[in-house]
Amino acid sequence: MFARAVFALAAAAIAPAASAQGSTADEIAKYRAALREGNPAELWQARGEALWREKRGPKHVTLEGCDLGLGPGIVKGAYAQLPRYFADADRVMDLETRLVWCMVKLQGYTESDAKRNVFGSGNDKKSDLEALTAYITSESRGVPMKVPLSHAKEMEAYRVGEKLFFFRGGTHDFACATCHGEEGKRIRLQDLPNLMTAEGAQKAYTTWPAYRVSQGELRTFEWRLYDCFRQQRFPELAFGSEAAIALTMYLARNANGAPYDGPAIKR
Amino acid sequence: MSDPMKIRASLVGDSTEVKVLMSHEMETGQRKDAQGQTIPAWFIQNVVVTHNGKTVLAAQWGTAVAKNPFLSFKFKGGAKGDKVTISWTDNRGDKRTDEAVIA
Repeated sequence: MFARAVFALAAAAIAPAASAQGSTADEIAKYRAALREGNPAELWQARGEALWREKRGPKHVTLEGCDLGLGPGIVKGAYAQLPRYFADADRVMDLETRLVWCMVKLQGYTESDAKRNVFGSGNDKKSDLEALTAYITSESRGVPMKVPLSHAKEMEAYRVGEKLFFFRGGTHDFACATCHGEEGKRIRLQDLPNLMTAEGAQKAYTTWPAYRVSQGELRTFEWRLYDCFRQQRFPELAFGSEAAIALTMYLARNANGAPYDGPAIKR
Repeated sequence: MSDPMKIRASLVGDSTEVKVLMSHEMETGQRKDAQGQTIPAWFIQNVVVTHNGKTVLAAQWGTAVAKNPFLSFKFKGGAKGDKVTISWTDNRGDKRTDEAVIA
């Protein structure tokens, strides 16, 4: 009985690999499918939801009064319409920046306290922001991306993001577009999405944040951009900076129309 | 204190399918930190699952199990509304117990 099951599995694994050209990509796709069911991102979601409802900070209040763009406390579908312009802050914000803003304004944290551990590392240095981001994004699963460009500052952020995407610099003279502007590019064995097509941008943007198995951590879109900058040898991308938000705006807007599908799981 | 487990238990035919995500570092004892010091092994050693007070799964784990482990298994029986209780103990003596209702 057991032997038969193993044989069936082995046969299933061999058949597509032998027929397809991009067998490595196929195998990675299968690996992701196998992991999808038990995505540890759910552990971050659960912790984030508890943090959202917990009375915290010097003012001892919850984040439930935080306006993520759809009104105070409305979480459902909020991420699908971010980044956007917030009149109270008079600037365009992405989710992570808005969370920091709420932690400062509502809970009374200092900005540096709110930005402590923006990217977590193991058990001793857990990131509250990553957990909160996991929870809020999970509440937009299945909701079509609908990032607005109606305010002048939203338009400006989009245009700045577009410029940044094509801006070549650093020791390698790389732009984002160098690796993400053509089909079939890869880094090591990982296929890179072509962010200049609607399909590529949608598939990439709607699957962040994601649990990275190789790091054992949940990573947000801010982290993705931060690490891309490091990989292309750019100056360190400051968390919540205009550049980070503008690039996010450009990529999020290009993903419009596709249902949001995160938090996902990636190698 | 570790984070709660995420448990899903559902009736599939005449058996109950249980899926559990546990939050744990699962250090192998093989890694070194930035100073070159070995990071001590720290892992879940025993897992016990009970249904209505009866043990349906008992496992001994080691360092080869991944960080934030995912466990999926089935057992015969179980009915909607029954409780499934899962406990783990790690090699430092830390414990965690969570329960879920079969849906």
